[in-house]
This record gives sequence, C-alpha cells and structure tokens, in this order.
Amino acid sequence: MNRRVAELREQCIQLRPEVSAERAELITRFYGEARPVSVPVFRALAFKYLLENKTVYIGPGELIVGERGPAPKAVPTYPELCCHSLADLDVLHSRERVAYAVPEQVRQAYRDTIIPFWQGRSMRDLIFAAMTDPWKEAYAAGVFTEFMEQRAPGHTVADDKIYRRGFLGVKRQIEESLEALDYFRNPEAYAEEQQLQAMSICCDAIIGFAERHADLARELARTAPNPTRRGELLQIAEVCSRVPAHPPRDFHEALQAYWFVHLGVITELNTWDAFSPGRLDQHLWPFYEKGLAEGRLTAEHARELLQCFWIKFMNHPAPPKVGVTAAESSTYTDFANIGLGGLTATGADGVNDVTYLLLDVIEELRLVQPSTNIQLSARNPDRFLKRALTIVRQGWGQPSLFNADVIVQELLRQGKKVEDARGGGASGCVEAGAFGKEANILTGYLNLPKILELALNDGVDSRTGRRIGRQTGAIESFSDVGEVLLAFAAQLNHFVDVKIRGNNAIDSLYAGHMPAPFLSMLIDDCLIRAKDYNDGGARYNSSYIQGVGIGTVADSLAAIEHAVFDAELCKATELKEALHADFRGHERIQVILRDNAPKYGNDDPRADTAMLRVFETLFRAVDGRPNPRGGAHRINLLPTTCHVYFGSVTGASADGRNAGQPLSEGISPVQGADRKGPTAVLLSAAKMDHARTGGTLLNLKFSPATLETQEGIDRLAHLVRAYFKLGGHHLQFNVVTAETLREAQLHPESHRDLIVRVAGYSDYFHDLNPALQDEIIARTEHAGF
Amino acid sequence: MVRGLVFDIRRFSIHDGPGIRTAVFFKGCPARCVWCHNPESQDMALEVMHRPSRCTGCGECVRACPAGAIVLEAGGVHASRDRCRACLTCVRTCRWGGWETVGRLVEDQEVLAEIVRDIPFFDESGGGATFGGGEPLAQAEFLHALLDGCRDRGIHTVVDTGGFGDEAVVLAAAVRADLFLYDLKTTDPGRHLQLTGVPVSVPLRNLELLVANHRPVIVRIPVIPGANAADMDGILAFLLGLGDRRPHRIDLLPYHRLGQDKYRRLGRRYWLPDVPPPDGEFMLGLQQEFLRHGFDVRIER
Repeated sequence: MNRRVAELREQCIQLRPEVSAERAELITRFYGEARPVSVPVFRALAFKYLLENKTVYIGPGELIVGERGPAPKAVPTYPELCCHSLADLDVLHSRERVAYAVPEQVRQAYRDTIIPFWQGRSMRDLIFAAMTDPWKEAYAAGVFTEFMEQRAPGHTVADDKIYRRGFLGVKRQIEESLEALDYFRNPEAYAEEQQLQAMSICCDAIIGFAERHADLARELARTAPNPTRRGELLQIAEVCSRVPAHPPRDFHEALQAYWFVHLGVITELNTWDAFSPGRLDQHLWPFYEKGLAEGRLTAEHARELLQCFWIKFMNHPAPPKVGVTAAESSTYTDFANIGLGGLTATGADGVNDVTYLLLDVIEELRLVQPSTNIQLSARNPDRFLKRALTIVRQGWGQPSLFNADVIVQELLRQGKKVEDARGGGASGCVEAGAFGKEANILTGYLNLPKILELALNDGVDSRTGRRIGRQTGAIESFSDVGEVLLAFAAQLNHFVDVKIRGNNAIDSLYAGHMPAPFLSMLIDDCLIRAKDYNDGGARYNSSYIQGVGIGTVADSLAAIEHAVFDAELCKATELKEALHADFRGHERIQVILRDNAPKYGNDDPRADTAMLRVFETLFRAVDGRPNPRGGAHRINLLPTTCHVYFGSVTGASADGRNAGQPLSEGISPVQGADRKGPTAVLLSAAKMDHARTGGTLLNLKFSPATLETQEGIDRLAHLVRAYFKLGGHHLQFNVVTAETLREAQLHPESHRDLIVRVAGYSDYFHDLNPALQDEIIARTEHAGF
Repeated sequence: MVRGLVFDIRRFSIHDGPGIRTAVFFKGCPARCVWCHNPESQDMALEVMHRPSRCTGCGECVRACPAGAIVLEAGGVHASRDRCRACLTCVRTCRWGGWETVGRLVEDQEVLAEIVRDIPFFDESGGGATFGGGEPLAQAEFLHALLDGCRDRGIHTVVDTGGFGDEAVVLAAAVRADLFLYDLKTTDPGRHLQLTGVPVSVPLRNLELLVANHRPVIVRIPVIPGANAADMDGILAFLLGLGDRRPHRIDLLPYHRLGQDKYRRLGRRYWLPDVPPPDGEFMLGLQQEFLRHGFDVRIER
C-alpha cells in the first residue's frame, strides 16, 4: 500500500471509538420542534434535517469521503430507537471489552436534554411495553434474544441499481408515480402519496448531503498548500456534485456513490448489519473495464481507491450496544460484509479481474471491517478459491467461504425468482438474501440447549426455580429418548409461539412508527408499490429465528440415549441429580457423558441422527409461519457471540458440559468433541439439509503448518469443494496461531480438539508434553505471519 | 473376513500420498529402527500408553495394576514395560482417561466401512487410502483384502512400507496397490542391521522386484545425523543401479525428536543418542545432489 493508504489505515486503527452526541442532539431538537405530519414524511424530514446539520468531514489524504459521525470512529446514537441511560454510558466507557469512550460533554447532553426527552418514548420502551409476560420471562431466562429492541430492521444488501440511476432519476420516477395515483379507485392512495413524498424528500436530502461535501472540498482546496492535494480535493468536489444525484460515470464516482448511499442508510436508522454493497466485483467491473480501455484508470489507482473505500468501513464501529444485545453481539464489527465471485444473474461465472483486485486489497489491508467473503459456485475457477485460501491461511479469519449454488437453492425454496436468487448471496454473518430485493430480518437467537433443559425439568428453569415452559414431565418420567424428544418439541413449539407473537408485534410497531423511506428506495419493490421497507414493501420479506447450540443439544440427546436408555450406564434420576449438582460428586457420570457418549461432528450416525431430529423439530416449529410484512419465518443456525451468553444462563447439560460454559457455536461440533478430523466434521454437518435454512455457520480449526505449502492450499480447496458438493452453506477456517496455542497450553480443557502437525504425523496438542508444545509454538511463529 | 491389528485410522491424512487420504496404521513391524517416531506401531500386540495431559496423579491405577507395573514417581505415573501384561486394567480403572489402549483388532469390512466414508473427499482431491504402520506387509492377508476391497470400490491405494516381507507377499501387494511409498534407510548391511535390527537384503531385493514389475514407487529416505546421514551416496548409487525403471520421485524426511515422548509414555527407553535434526543447509545440499541425477526430490516435514 502507498503512503496515503498506510497513513489512513494507521490513523484509523489507532483511533479509539467514541460516542458522539451530535445525532442524538439533532434528532431531539427535530422531534421537539417538528410540526405534525404523516409518519413517513416526518421521518424523511428528520433524515433531511440530520444530513443538513451534521458535521461534514473530509480527512487529510482521503479520496473517498463522508462519515456517519462528525469524524472517524465518532459513533452516533439513535435515541428514537434506544436511549442510553447514564448508567449505560458509564458501562460503555469503562467496560473491558468493546468499550466506547464517552466524553463528559456527551454525558452532559444526555443528562440535560436527550434522556429527559426520550425516556419512555423510544422504540425500545414501546417494544418492551408491548411484550407479553411469557415473552418477558423467556427473554429474562435467556431462552431467546430480540434483535429489534436496540436496533432497527435492516439486514439487507444493495444490488446494482444505484450504479445505473441517480437520485434525480429516482425523484423523477416518484413524481410520475405521484401524478398517476388514483385517489378514487385506490383506497391506499393517501398512504402511498405520503410514502412517495417521504422518499422524494430523502432524495433531496442525500443529494444535498453530497453537495455539502463538494462545498467543503472546494473550500479545503482553496487553502490547501500542496498543489497535488488541491487537485485531489477539486476532484472530490466534482465527484460529490455528480453522485449520487446522477449515475456514476467512472470507478471513483461509483465507489463514492455507494458510500453516500451507505451513510444514508446508517444515518436514517441504526440498521442491523449496517448496509453492504453486495457483489462489489460485479458492480464495479463495467467501470473498471471502461476506465482501463479509455486509459483514464490504472489498476494501481483503482487499488488505491478501493483501499481508501475499505478504510471507510473500518472508520465505522457498530453503534454502542448494551445489555443482552451487547452480550449476543459483543463486537465493534457492524457486519457490513462484502461478497466476491458467485454467479451472475444469468447463471454465469461471476469472477472477474476486480475480484482478484479486491482479494489483494483484503490481504494487504488486513482489517476486521468490512467483513469479506467469497461466494463459491461450481462454475467459479479454482484459481479464485485458492487465491482466497492463501489469505485464509494467514489466520485472521477472512474471507469466509459460501456455497453460491446452495444459496441459490435456499432462495429458490423460499419462492424467489431464479435471477433474484442468483443475484443474492450471504450477508451479515451467514444469512442468505436476495440482494436489493429482500427485507430478510434476523429477529433473535433461540437457546436450544436451554429448551432441552426445560424439557428435562418439567418446564422449570433450574436457575430461578420458576416455571417458564410447559409442563411436559421430568426426565425420570421418560421411558425412551423418543419421549425426551417429544417433550423438547413441545417446549420448543411453545417458545417459538411466544417469540413469533413478539416478532409480529415488533414488525407492526416498526411499520407504524419507524418507516425507513431512504432505505426503501434501495430495495425493490418499495418504490413501485409505494410501501415502506419496514411495512412489507420489499419484493421478499423473511423473518429469521437463529437456532444456537445444535451441537450441544445433539450431544446431550445422544448421551441420554446412550447412557440412560441403551447402555444403561446411569439411571435417569442419577443423571438428573448430576445435572442439578453441576456434576459435583458425580464426576464419573460426567466422564461417561463427555468422553464415552457419541458426539456430533465425528460422522457417527448415533449423534448425527440426534442432530437431524433437533434440526427437523426447529424447522417444523418455525418455517413458513407468516409475518405481518407478507413474508414468512425461516430458520438459520448462527451464533455471533450468543453461544457464550446463552451458555452463561444454561445449567449443566447432558453432554457433560458444566453449567455456564459456552454452547457449541453455529453448526460446529461441541468444542473439543470432534476427534476424527475435518472430513468427519464436514460429513456430519452436511447431513443437515442446508437448503431448507437461510444460513448455517461452520468453523474448522487448522494449524498453519498444515496449510503452509501449495499442497496444503490444494487440500483445503478440495475440502471446501467436497463440502459444498455435499450441500454445505458456509465454511470458515480458524488457522490457529502461536497465540492460540499458548492459550491452549493454559486451558487444555477447551482445546481438546486442537490438532497440530508435529512432524511426519499429527497429534492432539494437549497430548503433547509441555516441552514439545513449546517446540511447536516456536515453529508456529515461524510458520505464521 | 480377515482380521488385522491396527493402531490408528486417521482421516484427512495429507502427507501419505496424493490428495486427501484415510491412513490405516498397521500395528507390528519386524524392524526396530532406533529413531522410529511411532514406537507404538512396533509390537504386534495390544499395549497401554499413558496420557500425561489427563493424569491427575491420583494413583488409582497404581493400586489396581495386578502386575504391579505402575509406580507413582515424582514426575507422575510411570509404567514398567517389562512387567506390563497388557491386561488393560489401568485403562478401565482410570476415570480421567489417563491410560489409552494402543491397538485394535479389526475386520477388513470394518476398516473398509470407515474408508468409504470419505469418498467425496477422495473424489475431489484424487486421494484414497494409505496402508502404513507399522509394516503393512507383515499382515499380508489383511493388507491384500483391504487392497482388493478398495479396488472394488474405485478407491486409490498406497502402501507405505519398509519393504520387509516375502517375495510372494510383495508381489501380491504389487498387483493390487496403485502406489508404493518405500522407505530406504541405508544400503550398508552392517549399519542397517545395527540401526534397524533386520538385514538390508530384504528391502533392497523387494524394491528391485517392484521396479522390475513396473510398479510406481516413491522412495522415502529418513535422514538421521550420526546414524545414516553419511550413507546417502550408497543410496544414490543403489537407485541409479536400478536403471531406467528406477523411481523418479524421492522424499527426504529430516529426522526429528518429536516421537521421543511416546517412548516414555509407553514405558520404553529411547536408544538413539540425543542428536539434533539435520540443518536446513545439509538437507538442501542433499536435495541438490539427488536433483543433479535427475530425481524429483522434495523435503518433507
């Protein structure tokens, strides 16, 4: 990277996230002074007010401009969604991990104006007031979480429309639609008129916002001492007065157009997963090709612009989360996730030269934001996969790998058109969606092991002694594992009912109170239908419930079947006592459950069948249940960091796991339970019907030495291709570094599955003597980065 | 149905032949190479091996052992190999999993059932099954049954051998296997006997036999300073003497001490003096030497 990029990157990395009160103060003032208008127009005017009055920032050396806050890593808040209390701010300021500095004047602003105005009036207050007692009890017990209690729906991704049409063009279409409204035959005409007017206001707002950057750039150019920089600033000014009002003409304008749109989405509301550009390689390809052909762009300049663009994402940590939401998603990452490769809308190989350029950028910048992934189709060349794997092997976790062909199957099964399915992909963590056409909302995590715990306890939460589930009997009343499963299914159905009732209420609350007219213009068919994104305006409308801990439940069921009913190694009452005592005084039973029972992830049919039963139970409970936006509920299986939070509220489980310990994550086996290597893990995971989910997450661990040669990369590529041929959705590799190995030395119990290549053979790391471990660690440091 | 003794079946093996493989490790070997990094592969009998990482030092196994073979020392539990009768009482007694059984008597169909599971990965990578050990030729009937079973199922096979077997056994394997990984330690008869306990004539003759029958062979040469590192010229001369049909691919395996620990866990003594691994420059020089004579040489780790 050149000096400019290196400096921007360094500055960004050094900056500590800080809470900015600017947006909160502006929105408070707007709400306080506004005259009564319809809700969509009100929100549009609020959006315009924010963009007209927020600080505009252009940093030294920047080529792509615009910040959500007043400066990089100055993070705004959204009190209309969730108003942080002073106690929240203190926690944010002082917590050990994922902290946000809260300057004294921010605290003051919160104390004096923001909290007094918003207390009891935010969406969060509205949502909690609307929830039923069973919902609140289950939420408090950690049976599920709720995504929309602090952040707005979003979870969506751009398609290519912003590169084809500017907002002036959108405005013209809106005017035509307004003229065509039939107030006599269409009873919704007034609602549509208000929505269209709101969108039109948002067009003005985003164009004006870009103009403010153009003005600032010209002003900075006047005083810039360096003529090169002066030229750059004038160039920036020209770009910003062109896009996003008009469609971009070149590579630079295309990136800046997306960035303004991105800022618009994340300023309007605090959308989950921020926003993502989707198929960036395919979107940029025409501009890149044209630029090179006309001699107006070089690969080097394109690379520099992309690097500047990348750093903009890194400048934007997620808005500060608190409480359960912070626990389920404990990270600065805002989940903007850029996908490469995959298919074109007509089903051809989507890899192009920009794809490889982007992979270079990912490798060189090595940033945690934006997240990156490759969407791998059987049609994509091996060169693409192997280039990505050479980045993967460096061990910092990016990019992750998705099966483009199975994602198409998933989207088709949900009833999408084939071209929309091919234009879709994975975003956020692993969620499938039709880019630019879908509101695919993640609604919350579901704690599957906790539900099994309740099924073994007649619906009583062992932590509190309160009955929060249904009375389905206790473990000693079951005569075989089938009865255990019936009780599990009954509890699961109960909590899914409670959760979906809540979801539907929250959908309606957002539709009524918190429309998103700017975002709506980006997602088909909100504009044509004159209906908001949050009100079912999108072409497709899915609601996801994310199952967590399927490995832990599968192993627990397999252990119960094995130890209690088949081999009769312990009685049901003994198991019950052991679980209640967290295995204290019952170590022998724990060893039976943990070490002798079948485990998911070993291609062992006994455990894998248990996994499939849990999967089918979850699928039947959730899939197809309608939501108020005209779509349906679906399942996916991903954890973010929720498996840690859910583990902390779940007692000892029948797989031998102690109370409070993390659950298995995604569809990965229980930590340390997989002992037969990666092919067995993949075969176990592939038994699940991924095409009936909206995404699954699987993590595999490797030692860097396994992957250091070209041969290692080849083998890894073969693993990926084979797993995807078997129908797997997603795979990411955890290439363990020396640091991890040191951690494994200190805590061998949580790294029992860690295989390292010793020399000529491989062995479990924890089985090696300390001196040998040290030798491996020393070598790993050479092999790693 | 044929039965055999194995000590491990490892899937996703990527250093024992082409592609992703399932490696079946036979237990039992006529040789006793002093540097062997898999000492648990040598005896054709069940053994117990200690797992220090799980041992809590509670002493239950010491009390339970009917042979009095286990003692509690300052450094932890220690088994005396001479007294151990492999009755497995310690394995059954230890609640922490501190003792493991090495060796499993299995049927060929059982092993094949395990191998076929990874066919999707073999197909994708051009992999298959590798039979090593131990010495696979030492359980000839079992080996031949497995090779036949793989061939029936379209699975590529590799035999990883030290070449210790009768002529008939080698020829029977030769017609069934797709590739041989063939260890050559030294061509010096005296040194070979001293370092491995078996005569050099058998492996040399068998390699000639494979070559004469046009079987694909990759020669693997362990390089142990102070033991056979000075014998490379002899190996080179022998290979060149095989004429036009000689194997073209050679893997050099630099010695490492990482198997030493297992001797202790088996209650055995490690006889090789404390020699350091050969340095990188020496290995590169050796590689150059073989390259000069037209071999395709790789240094494995």
